[in-house]
Amino acid sequence: MKEQGTFRVKKGMAQMQKGGVIMDVTTVEQARIAEKAGAVAVMALERVPADIRAAGGVARMADPEMVLKIMDAVTIPVMAKVRIGHLAEAQILEELGVDYIDESEVLTPADEQYHINKHLFKVPFVCGARNLGEALRRISEGAAMIRTKGEPGTGNVVEAVRHMRKVMDEIRQVLGKIDDELVVMAKEMGVSLEMLKEVKNAGCLPVVNFAAGGIASPADASLMMQLGSDGIFVGSGIFKSEKPEIVAEAIVQATLHYDDPKILAKVSKGLGEAMPGLEMSSLAEADRMQERGI
Amino acid sequence: MKIGVLSVQGAVSEHLDHLIRCGVEAVAVKNISMLDEVRGLILPGGESTTIGKLIEIFGLAESIKKRSLEGSLAVFGTCAGMILMARDISDGIDEQPRLGLLDIKVKRNAFGRQRESFETELEFDSFGYPLVGVFIRAPIIEKTGENVEILAKLPEGIIAAKKDNLLTTSFHPELTDDIRVHQYFVEMCKRV
Repeated sequence: MKEQGTFRVKKGMAQMQKGGVIMDVTTVEQARIAEKAGAVAVMALERVPADIRAAGGVARMADPEMVLKIMDAVTIPVMAKVRIGHLAEAQILEELGVDYIDESEVLTPADEQYHINKHLFKVPFVCGARNLGEALRRISEGAAMIRTKGEPGTGNVVEAVRHMRKVMDEIRQVLGKIDDELVVMAKEMGVSLEMLKEVKNAGCLPVVNFAAGGIASPADASLMMQLGSDGIFVGSGIFKSEKPEIVAEAIVQATLHYDDPKILAKVSKGLGEAMPGLEMSSLAEADRMQERGI
Repeated sequence: MKIGVLSVQGAVSEHLDHLIRCGVEAVAVKNISMLDEVRGLILPGGESTTIGKLIEIFGLAESIKKRSLEGSLAVFGTCAGMILMARDISDGIDEQPRLGLLDIKVKRNAFGRQRESFETELEFDSFGYPLVGVFIRAPIIEKTGENVEILAKLPEGIIAAKKDNLLTTSFHPELTDDIRVHQYFVEMCKRV
């Protein structure tokens, strides 16, 4: 008998994306450029995070018509974003047949208290996290993949670095603790003891962990891989740059050869103007997307 | 004996873990010099367009083709690996890169999108009891050429096949704890 949507099948889908780059796209043309550059998936969006930031107002799920067009245009998996807690948007995307749903802080949260119960869906979900506690809470809600939140739409990698280092550091702390200490840690993190024991046994998160939120150059991608990311999401960094085709391909190469400075130097040449970045101190507290859905 | 896992993109560490459990030396193969050291190579699941494109850039594709054709390298492709191995792809994109090692015709994403991905028990060759196959946006073999041995089937079509030094499955044996398919491949590597 066939069993669809088991956790193994959902988590397995993310495992197949490891070592790859997932690119934000807003048009069919961009999706084709991403596929041609070697992206392992595309994220179909109405606006990239930098434009969402600039436009303000309420950011919602993309128009289904546009998502379907992108699904038709490429053979690689297509992801799409829903607002945190917006289970109806998620039901719509599942009905459309998208391959992965990102319950994302980039869009305006629909529920300030609860995330979607992701166990109820056959389609897998990815969620953002800034630390181990957030990551494990999302996994207990059914997330089959985790990514750092970083600070989307800034072209500034500093927050993604902070979040990846934090998760890795907290995993190392878990590894050094005996069971009765884990009880206290579980309480402080707001996660179950069983989940922490699972992390201790495996020595890593129970699902794949990508980097996202501010990655704008091949060097940024390499940095995140060296910090232990399983792969890379690039939002505004590609299609807000001067030469998207070249930047896209360079980031794919840099993610694969993240530990080979010779190749990194080669692919980092001649990329043209990168996306303009934002310094964190210039962001007001209310403009920080990473504080959403914790 | 050293067996490699093509380490470009996809489920590399899962295959390495299974090979280690089979008692062989497992290495992640990223370049030609590492390929020279192995007797068998697993092409893991991942995105076939991405993997295919990247192995062409670095000349790995040529080496894999050459050594498998002369019979000095056993190759096992899972899922995306099956697509790379196939001589014929019924619905690939125009520039779908491929190694074309095995005389089979495959259809990509044959069961549908991720929503339709599944796991199921199946009979595999002469195994004493069924194994669990995990299918993720999996391809299917529509047609096999001469002397290609069919190892497993579902109502939708062929999901595992073998010829000489070449083995392929639509499903992911690296995602379950069962190592029988990997042991099967290790035995094939011993014979090259």
